[in-house]
Amino acid sequence: MFKLLATIKKDFRILFRDKMGLVLMFAMPILLAVVIASVQNSTFELVNKNRIPVIIQNSDPGRVAAELEAALDKAGIFRLQEVAAVQNEEELKNRINTKDALVAIVIPAGYSENVLSKAKSVASEALDGVMQEEKENESVKPGATPPVRIYYHPVLQQSFRKSIDATLQTALQFIQSKYIVKEVYFTIHEEDIPGSLEEQIITNQTPIEEVPLSRGDSPQIPNATQHNIPAWTIFAMFFIVISLGSSIVREKLNGSMVRLRTLPTHFGLAVLSKQVTYIAVTLLQAMVIFAIGIWLFPVIGLPALNLPSHLWSLAGVTFICGWCAAGFAICVGIFANTQEQANGFGAVAVVIMAAIGGLLVPSFVMPPSFRVIMLLSPLHWCLEAFYGLFLEDAGARDILMNIIPLLVITVLLQIIAFWGLKRKNLI
Amino acid sequence: MLPAIQIKNLSYTYRGNLPEAIKDLDLQINRGDRFGIFGPNGAGKTTLMQIMTGLLPYSRGSVKLLEHEVAAGKKQIRSFFGFVPQDFSFYHELSPKENMEFFGAWAGLDQKQIQQKTDELLDVMSLTEVRNKPVYKFSGGMKRRVNLAIAVMHEPAMLFLDEPTAGVDVQTRYAIVEYLKELNSKGTTLIYTSHQLKEAEDLCNRVALIDEGKIIARNSLPELLKEHQQDGLEGLFLSLTGRAYRD
Repeated sequence: MFKLLATIKKDFRILFRDKMGLVLMFAMPILLAVVIASVQNSTFELVNKNRIPVIIQNSDPGRVAAELEAALDKAGIFRLQEVAAVQNEEELKNRINTKDALVAIVIPAGYSENVLSKAKSVASEALDGVMQEEKENESVKPGATPPVRIYYHPVLQQSFRKSIDATLQTALQFIQSKYIVKEVYFTIHEEDIPGSLEEQIITNQTPIEEVPLSRGDSPQIPNATQHNIPAWTIFAMFFIVISLGSSIVREKLNGSMVRLRTLPTHFGLAVLSKQVTYIAVTLLQAMVIFAIGIWLFPVIGLPALNLPSHLWSLAGVTFICGWCAAGFAICVGIFANTQEQANGFGAVAVVIMAAIGGLLVPSFVMPPSFRVIMLLSPLHWCLEAFYGLFLEDAGARDILMNIIPLLVITVLLQIIAFWGLKRKNLI
Repeated sequence: MLPAIQIKNLSYTYRGNLPEAIKDLDLQINRGDRFGIFGPNGAGKTTLMQIMTGLLPYSRGSVKLLEHEVAAGKKQIRSFFGFVPQDFSFYHELSPKENMEFFGAWAGLDQKQIQQKTDELLDVMSLTEVRNKPVYKFSGGMKRRVNLAIAVMHEPAMLFLDEPTAGVDVQTRYAIVEYLKELNSKGTTLIYTSHQLKEAEDLCNRVALIDEGKIIARNSLPELLKEHQQDGLEGLFLSLTGRAYRD
C-alpha cells in the first residue's frame, strides 16, 4: 500500500506540474461546453424568440397578399422587413448577398386574384350537383399559379430552410383554405361567413402538448445544457489521453520505466497508480463541469444543469467512463513510440470516437452503416448512459444495457494494455 | 572468491532473425570486484548488462546473481542490485528529494529509511541545496549525481553502471569515481561499462573485453596489459578489436 501511495503521489505531482496538460484537461472542455451550449441555445432562441429576419417583397396590391403577410408575421418565427414593391428582384438578391437578411420572400403580382379564382373553382367543384344552376353561371377556370419565391443565402443551413419552407407552406395553405371556406359558405348562404365561424373552421382546434418522456418521477426538460454538459464531460474525460498517453511515452523514452523494472516492485503497480490517478482526474473534471453547468450557466444566460435524481447512478457511470478513458489512454501510451504519436493519435481517435459515438451529431441522424460502427465507440455508451440519467431520469437498472458494453470495452482495453506491456517486456 | 555473478553458456538473439548478440558466453564476477566490461559499439555490452539486470529475458544458458537464477524473475533478485542507466532515468519534473522518495519506496524502503538515505545521499552528492528544485533545471553533472543517488538508495550488494559519467566535467567525474571506490571499499560489487577508458583504468580492478557477443579477453587489468604488451587500456582495446568502425 505504501508503494502504491508513493506512486500515486508521484503521478499527481507530475500531473499538477504539467500546466499545458491541465489546461487541456480542464479549461478546454469547460470552454467547449460553454461555447457549444451557448451556440445551441442561441440557435434555439433565434428560432423561438429572436425570429429570423426576412425581407418580404409584396408585388401584389390585393387583400389576400396582405393577409398572407399577416399570416407569416403571426407564425412567430419571422421578423418581416417589407421593401417597396417597386424594387426589383435583383435588388433583393443584392441585399441577401450583403447579408442584410438571409432570406427574402417574394409574393408575386396576381397572387390575390389567383387565390380567389382558385377558391371559386374549388367551391364550385365541391358543390357540384348541389348548387347546379348557380355553379354553371359562376364557374371560373383559375389561371396558372404564380410561385411565391424564396431567396436564401447559401450559408443558411438546410434545417433552417426546411423550417422556413414549412412555415410558408402552412401560411399559404391557411390563406387558400380560408378563401375556399368563405367561397363555399357564400355560395350556399349567399352572404359572407360570420367571423367567429370562419375562425372556428380555419384554425386548429386541437391543442398540442409536449411531454418529454421520463423513466422516473422527475422528468428533465431537454435543453442545450442538458444535452451538452454530459457530452462535453465525456469528451473531457477521454481527452486525458493527451496527458496520460504522453506521460507513459515520456517514462518509456527517458528510461524511468527501465529503472522501475530493475526494482523489486511489480511494474503493474505503476499502471494501477496511473489508473487511480487519472480516474480521480476524470471524476474531478466531471464535478467541475457539472458545477459550472449548475452555477455558472444561469449567470451567463444559459439554462442551468439539472442533476439526475439518481446521484449514485451518476457517480457509478462517471467512474466507469473515467476508468474506460484511463484504460484507453494507457493503451495509447503503451503502443505509441513517441509523444507526437501519442498526442496525435490520441486526440484524433477521441474526436473520431466522439463523432461516431453521437457527441458531435445526434446518433439518430447517422446513416445506418454508422450505427454499427457507433457501437464500437466507448463514448457512445458513455453518452447513452449519461443521457439516460440526465434526460430520462433513469436509474442504474434502466441504463444497464449501456453500462454492460461500456464495461466490456473497458475490460478489453485493460487486456490490450496488459498484452502490450508483455509484448514490450515491461512486465 | 565467492561469485557475485555467474554466467554460463549464455546466448541471446533479438527477435527478427538477427545475428546472435551474445554467443555462448561464460563469465564470473566476484564479490567485491570493480569489474569493467568494454567493447566497441554493438559488441553486446548493453545486451549483457540488460540480461544480468533482468531487463531482457533469456532462454539459453544460465545467469546467476548471488546464486539466484535471474530468469526465475523473483522480486528478491532485484533487491540485490542497483542500476545506473546511461540515460537520466528519473522524473525531470520532480525534485531530487521527490524522485528519491518515489524510487526509495519502489526499492522496498520504508518512510524512515527513505528519509534517512535521501538526506545522506543528497549530502554526499552535494545536492542538499537544490533538493527541492525540479531536476530539469539541473546541469548534466547534477543529473548524473541524481541518477547515481537513486540507484544506491537501498544499499545494493551489486551496482550496474552503464556510462555513469557520460557528458560530465572533470570535477564531477572525479567525484563520482571516488564515490564508487568508496562504495566498493564497503563491499559493493561494481559492474561498469564505459567508453571512458582512462576512467576505467582508474576504477576497475578486473576487466573483460567483449566483441561480437564473445569475450575476447578477461583478467585483472595489470595482467592483461602485461599479457598483450600494452601500457594502457586504450592500446589494449585497439589491439584486440581493431580500428574499423563498428556501427
